[in-house]
Amino acid sequence: MKPFTTLTALPAPLLLDNIDTDTIIPSREMKSTGKTGLAGGLFAPWRYRTPGGRDPDPDFVLNRPDHADAQILLGGGNFGCGSSREHAVWALAEYGIRAIIAPGFAPIFASNCTRNGIVPVTLDRATIEEIAASHAPVTIDLAAQTVRQEGGACWPFDIGAEAKAMLLEGLDAIDLTLKNRAEIAAFQQADQASRPWIYLGDIGQ
Amino acid sequence: MDHIVDTRPGRGDQTLMPGGQAFITETRSAAREAGITLFDVTDPDQGIVHVISPELGIVLPGCTLIAPDSHSCTQGAFGALAWGIGSSEAEHAMATGTLRMVRPRTMRVRFTGMPGPGVTPKDMILTLIARYGAGGGKGYAVEFTGEAIDALDMEGRMTLCNMATEFSAMTGMIAPDEKTFRWLRGRRYAPRGAMLERALADWRTLASDPGARFDSEVEIDAATIEPMVSWGTSPEHSVGISGQVPDDPPERPIRYMGVQPGQKLAGIPIDAAFIGSCTNGRLSDLRRAAALLKGRHVAPGVRALAVPGSMAVRRAAEAEGLDAIFTDAGFEWRMSGCSMCFYAGGESFPAGSRVISSTNRNFEGRQGPAIRTHIASPETVAASAIAGHIADPRELAQ
Repeated sequence: MKPFTTLTALPAPLLLDNIDTDTIIPSREMKSTGKTGLAGGLFAPWRYRTPGGRDPDPDFVLNRPDHADAQILLGGGNFGCGSSREHAVWALAEYGIRAIIAPGFAPIFASNCTRNGIVPVTLDRATIEEIAASHAPVTIDLAAQTVRQEGGACWPFDIGAEAKAMLLEGLDAIDLTLKNRAEIAAFQQADQASRPWIYLGDIGQ
Repeated sequence: MDHIVDTRPGRGDQTLMPGGQAFITETRSAAREAGITLFDVTDPDQGIVHVISPELGIVLPGCTLIAPDSHSCTQGAFGALAWGIGSSEAEHAMATGTLRMVRPRTMRVRFTGMPGPGVTPKDMILTLIARYGAGGGKGYAVEFTGEAIDALDMEGRMTLCNMATEFSAMTGMIAPDEKTFRWLRGRRYAPRGAMLERALADWRTLASDPGARFDSEVEIDAATIEPMVSWGTSPEHSVGISGQVPDDPPERPIRYMGVQPGQKLAGIPIDAAFIGSCTNGRLSDLRRAAALLKGRHVAPGVRALAVPGSMAVRRAAEAEGLDAIFTDAGFEWRMSGCSMCFYAGGESFPAGSRVISSTNRNFEGRQGPAIRTHIASPETVAASAIAGHIADPRELAQ
């Protein structure tokens, strides 16, 4: 996973509440069993004029010349709600999005982001509207947990310690967990002794 | 196999969804190679995962259950900690037997009082989401309690917990009780004999203590709930069937849905009706819809589908003659699967169609390009199909 330290970019505003993963990538755009080839389907229902087509809708934010190479999105509340499909995050990452700033994220989506090098930054709605109105670049500093603007304001944000560490260092969660292999095995052994019915093949006669 | 499969009778691996057949065959060979049990397309136990897992006794009280599907919280109805995850977390769980997560905060949602006739668990959960918002449960594991919950059967409890994810909660759960234990007895993967007795002793300790404190408390009087129907593009955009689109709604949802501020929901003409999904595709859902459809017919021009949540549900419904009631009423009677709850480039309704649907999501394009989805209970879907417009099932039942 690509580590994230700091990023300065002009954020693309998509200030709607409840942007769902069907909109971020509709299932009709998930044509392969892999994690790639998804960027073209990103925001397909809003980005293109016709379903399945590729004729850009000039009104959609990512089709405007100044936002075509967006790396930061500004979103509304409950961003990424709906289906757990990780394809939504893979499509965002493949397109080049490295961070999303929103008043709140759906939990599965936020977790998918941190597994794929995208920083979910939570700021209050008024601040996000202020950033969008300024039409100026912001710098996200993950180590400092701040979003700031050149010569202007600086807003702190909260992020879980583990999510932060994984994003900063590009850590692999499985490698991290397997450091506790012995503790996991010990737990499972004790649990199997006390709750054998939970384990397949030991449900009694 | 549930999302990708065709639901037309006589199905095999072929599906109208682009890339769907490759997904099915690749999943089958990967499962075989890894030694994982697969409930395949033609398996008699095939169905939507959140329907077949309880049917087979795979979910048990006190177990931790995950699946890369947001509606995994359905199975919290059994007093399990059950929630949906992404693909990377599924990989992590299979590789390590664990997940890394932050402990959620706790919320208790208490439904006091009893719902009136024709008011279902679907209406209860839509009421919660409409009152507290689609993000209202964010960061919480939610326990549903109260006399209205105690009174629900297991299938109703599953409907309620199913939409905890639409509330943005990590999960929804209900304390296991004697109904839960009776339901599980004799199921294929559930404990038996002396092992069952041992398990029961453990399960009876799982309920929250009477004095338990929660980080957040919500109370809803179930007696005030009406059959609910959505008007917009989020489940929070829902009102009682006698209600109307808000006078000052956000602009984008009403433009997409083609409704007006202040417009009454009842009476809006529909093009199609869908009964099925992990929310409302179980036997009791089909029975309640069939009770309204018996001896009646869907309105001219309305396309109607009934899609059982599992092949076991389909067989049980057929044994009671429900299939004949549905087909006589003008419904298509399908094989089980997720079907048109979502659109993957396969089957859909004509663009612009207005669909009343017993599913869980009314997002833009969820059921197909430009489809306008109104989510509601199976009863409301059946009553609306007959009327040809959004209709109150309680009027039909009289």
